[in-house]
Amino acid sequence: MEAPPIISIEKLVKKFPMGKTEFTALNGIELQFTRGEFAGLVGPSGSGKTTLLNIIGSLDVPTSGTAVVLGMSVGSLSPKEAARLRKENLGFIFQSYNLLTVHTVYENVEFPLLLLGYNSSERKRMIMDALEWVGLTDKVKSKPPQLSGGECQRVAIARAMVKKPSLVLADEPTANLDAANSHNILKTMETLNRELKTTFVFATHDEKVISYLKRKIFLLDGKVDRQEILPN
Amino acid sequence: MKLALKLALRNLLGAGLRTWLNVIVLSFSFVVIIFMKGIMMGWDHQAKTDMTNWEIGGGQYWHENYDPLDPFTLANSHAPVPEELKQEIEKGDIEPFLVVSGTIYPQGRLQSIVIKGINPGQSVFLLPTHKLDTLTDAIPAIIGSQMARNMKASVGDHITIRWRDVKGTFDAGDIVITGIFTSNVPQAENGQIYISLEKLQGMMLMPGEATLMTLRDGKTGMPVIDGWALKSKEDLTASIDAMIKTKSGGQLVLYTILILLAMLAIFDTQVLSIFRRQREIGTYVALGYTRKQVVGLFTVEGTMYAVLAAILSAAYGLPFLTWMAKTGWTMPVETSEFGLAIAQTLYPVYSAGLVISTVLILTTVTAIVSYWPSRRIAKMNPTDALRGKLQ
Repeated sequence: MEAPPIISIEKLVKKFPMGKTEFTALNGIELQFTRGEFAGLVGPSGSGKTTLLNIIGSLDVPTSGTAVVLGMSVGSLSPKEAARLRKENLGFIFQSYNLLTVHTVYENVEFPLLLLGYNSSERKRMIMDALEWVGLTDKVKSKPPQLSGGECQRVAIARAMVKKPSLVLADEPTANLDAANSHNILKTMETLNRELKTTFVFATHDEKVISYLKRKIFLLDGKVDRQEILPN
Repeated sequence: MKLALKLALRNLLGAGLRTWLNVIVLSFSFVVIIFMKGIMMGWDHQAKTDMTNWEIGGGQYWHENYDPLDPFTLANSHAPVPEELKQEIEKGDIEPFLVVSGTIYPQGRLQSIVIKGINPGQSVFLLPTHKLDTLTDAIPAIIGSQMARNMKASVGDHITIRWRDVKGTFDAGDIVITGIFTSNVPQAENGQIYISLEKLQGMMLMPGEATLMTLRDGKTGMPVIDGWALKSKEDLTASIDAMIKTKSGGQLVLYTILILLAMLAIFDTQVLSIFRRQREIGTYVALGYTRKQVVGLFTVEGTMYAVLAAILSAAYGLPFLTWMAKTGWTMPVETSEFGLAIAQTLYPVYSAGLVISTVLILTTVTAIVSYWPSRRIAKMNPTDALRGKLQ
């Protein structure tokens, strides 16, 4: 029997007000993702990939249609429920890292665990594990401004992965990185996907990222244009 | 809440100089407000203590005609000491005063004075009345240092005084200054000459009579006596209370300016933070905070300025305020010219209530000022905030 999808999107439409008219960012999206996928929303700027990622991440709501993430319909969640979904099940990786600059690497990675109420010793063990996955155990006391771009993004990955979420959403994670760092980051995420069975969904137009994806969903003008799935 | 406190502290300590500048400004407000209020309380305390020790004791019986503001009432403000109080007077718990008008002629000028007759052995006041028990060729008298300065008189000087006895006959005699005292209470010094009660009763032909009777401090439960008005200590210090209240009202302007300065710094920081830290706000939301929780975090962060300021104030303010309480604050001008019960050096008095109320008021105002701009976060779109897009 086939496992239920981790994300199920049906007839999803997202419109943004634009003066007196509306701009349709997503138009009738139909998609499903299963657990453990390493998939990406690929397309040029304005194709709707970040908007779709934000809706999956319960940071935004659809205008119509449904997006069911881990059994919860994003459009009908209260702000509290949406926050809980993000806190317990989702990890985010952003193009510009979005680290808390006045906090140390340790404190940045600790943040999601504080929200989840883990005790100090549990937090320490989980943080050190996460930093070991990304190879930053020697930078625990450093602050983001003291790190390189690649190191910052690795901290962001550790922060997203530390609570072992079911789903990680990565929006252009390599856009600010050079080629070597990009490959490093992607290999790290690929390893985590393989070893922890975490589902990764990317929004990207970077060829380097695209080359790592097992499933590529091409978006164009707010619609799914085509999909490519690599055989296992 | 615990998490918000932890994060707020991390954010504030991580922000470095920006935090400490705000904290220093706010702590300055704490210390200055407590110091100035302490001075007021010290003045109040000093004025009342001095008035008790030098002028009013623990309350007074006034002859029903006596009005200290109207010297013309003095001629008719005397009566025999009531029988009910004689026992207390003998014990020294009540001191009778006879107060009459007189005239002196310093440097050939005519000056109206009040002659007060007081028992030389009294212990209700700090007045050096034992110096009235001196054998001299004239009437022994003591005067205040301010009066002595005005008359250019010193101990040993002879001064002619004139008075009018109860039968309306003018008489005159010499007094000799046997003591000069300093009291900080102008009402006890200005235009007052103290001589022995018995002597004055004799001069005025009013044996056994008094104008007012002063109770030893702390004496309560006194009877109502016909022809005499009982004035409590609170009645007699009402003018000081009113003056302190007026002064405190004026100081409120200074406090308001100080608080406004500190609050402006915090308000500005909060407003700037919300613009500058939009991406951070978006990140908190993405990681699982609700927008309300982020508002709470920013409010706690702002309020913690007051907590840190209180700690900093304690660090440098406590030694400073303690030192000031010991050494006092010397008034920059001669206070005897003020006509108020005010010492040349004021010793601030701080109470736990003063410190706690100041900290609580400032913390509450800081919390409100922090919350005000933070409400804006609740209206932010998290996806725009994540991109650092100005909203």
